[in-house]
Amino acid sequence: MIQIEGLRKAYHSRGRTVVAVDGVDLEVREGEVYGVLGRSGAGKSTLLRCVNLLERPDAGTVTVDGVDLTALPERRLRQHRQRIGMIHQHFALLSSRTVAGNVAFPLEVMGVDRRERAQRVAELLDLVGLGDRARAYPAQLSGGQKQRVGIARALAGRPTVLLSDEATSALDPETTASILELLRDLNRRLGLTILLITHEMEVVKRICDSAAVLREGRIVESGRVRDLLTRPGSALGQEIFRLGPPPDLPGTTIVDVTLPDDSAGRSFVADLARRYDVDVRILAGSIETVADGQAGRLRIALPGSAEVNEAPLRRLREAGLAVEVAR
Amino acid sequence: MTWADLGPLLWQGAKETGYMVGVSTVLTAIGGLLLGVLLVLTARGGLLAARPVHAALGLIVNIGRSLPFIILLVAIIPFTRALVGTTIGTAAAIVPLTVAAIPFFARIVETAIREVDRDVVAAARAMGASRPEIVFKVLLREARPGLVAGLTITVIALIGYSAMAGVVGGGGLGDLAIRYGYQRFENSVMVATVVLLVVFVQLIQSLGDLIVRWLSHK
Ligand SMILES: Nc1ncnc2c1ncn2[C@@H]1O[C@H](COP(=O)(O)OP(=O)(O)OP(=O)(O)O)[C@@H](O)[C@H]1O
Ligand SMILES: [Mg+2]
Repeated sequence: MIQIEGLRKAYHSRGRTVVAVDGVDLEVREGEVYGVLGRSGAGKSTLLRCVNLLERPDAGTVTVDGVDLTALPERRLRQHRQRIGMIHQHFALLSSRTVAGNVAFPLEVMGVDRRERAQRVAELLDLVGLGDRARAYPAQLSGGQKQRVGIARALAGRPTVLLSDEATSALDPETTASILELLRDLNRRLGLTILLITHEMEVVKRICDSAAVLREGRIVESGRVRDLLTRPGSALGQEIFRLGPPPDLPGTTIVDVTLPDDSAGRSFVADLARRYDVDVRILAGSIETVADGQAGRLRIALPGSAEVNEAPLRRLREAGLAVEVAR
Repeated sequence: MTWADLGPLLWQGAKETGYMVGVSTVLTAIGGLLLGVLLVLTARGGLLAARPVHAALGLIVNIGRSLPFIILLVAIIPFTRALVGTTIGTAAAIVPLTVAAIPFFARIVETAIREVDRDVVAAARAMGASRPEIVFKVLLREARPGLVAGLTITVIALIGYSAMAGVVGGGGLGDLAIRYGYQRFENSVMVATVVLLVVFVQLIQSLGDLIVRWLSHK
């Protein structure tokens, strides 16, 4: 649904050049929620703003819904933007317009006539659960309500794609959860493809099917969240499970075992103890709910060196567990 | 001087002041908005970024702002004659008043528009809005409270400038105060005009505040 190829964007200010996005390739499939995770200054906003060409990339192409946006003249580009919704960290609502007026804005831009506009606005506000606040001004709403208005406004043009720039970063955890819930729901019900950027692992965990980690303008890893979690050495996996650095336990082998989604592999500790008669010590562990499933990682210590433990480790791998010797 | 003599004089002066300030306010609002919007659009990173144009406009505004009104009044006499055919009278006073107030208001317009959230402009662009739509439906509309507050300040400054319009025979309350109150030692005229001017300014400020309150939803 979204293909980004060789994207590059540098900023020049006062003789200094900052390469904000440095050769990014990324593909978002139709109907999925794709999260780009990165620290402050990693280039997330720049990347997202290049998708609807709010920012002109220096190099690379952006294809949305089969159309290469980078090749379009200004007028056609504006028409295509109407089919790409966008929501913002600080909501970006017009303070001089009511809630209904804000949602009507994109419809005015599209040239929808007054009657149809009113009807569509009512529909959209119902969709985000704000039917009763149509005449309020943004200043009278809570952060969560403002973001709901932002979402209703973004959906006005019946977009196929929604871009989200840190949509929940200004909200408290509970409100964040309800907004993420709404996005997930829209993704399922409308088949909306969502590309979101965030610095919060929580967002990726909760709603993303796929994710990429952006560092200094480059993607260091990307793929389906489930696959990334079981991939040894994955930065995303380390972020999610947060087991920390392994302790120094002489005479033992410390192993990180990533558990599969189903519960079958989870009895491996008992299996090892029984089969090889070893004392399996559990050092750390974490089980997280990710998108729809669960994923976990357990850090265990086996007596003896890695060579001694070759057979038990092979057994774990053969059982379909991702095994990584941490020390 | 009796109240019977004073009354018509004050009425005449008030009418002249009202006329001069009224007409130049309308012209200033149009000119200042235009110039202010252009200043914002042509600035670096603006919707019509054009550095030389921005620099030129900025220079014109600064020249206009740096001349004391009384000097500007005299300096542009040839321009006034070319424009209205005379250099004397109320109509002739409107020209320098407007010329002085446009740069003043333009800077206020520029500042008010700059205050509009950049994210909101980005959001409008993301929705496919065209440049005119962004100017009229976002920038000017969102800046409305600031624009009205700024226009109020401008009108009050114009009332102040108009007191000097007597120099070119423009009349008005200020002229009355100088000719009768100062030159002929008619204290009652001086006091009456001062009171009238204070009332004018009060009324305009209150009206401006009222509109600002009605427009702003922050
Ligand atoms: N308009 C600009 N002019 C100059 N430099 C910029 C501009 N926008 C961004 N940058 C620089 O580009 C880099 C990436 O910025 P970007 O806003 O994309 O990061 P981000 O990942 O969104 O960060 P955050 O989480 O803080 O929003 C930063 O070093 C930033 O200073
Ligand atoms: Mg950002």
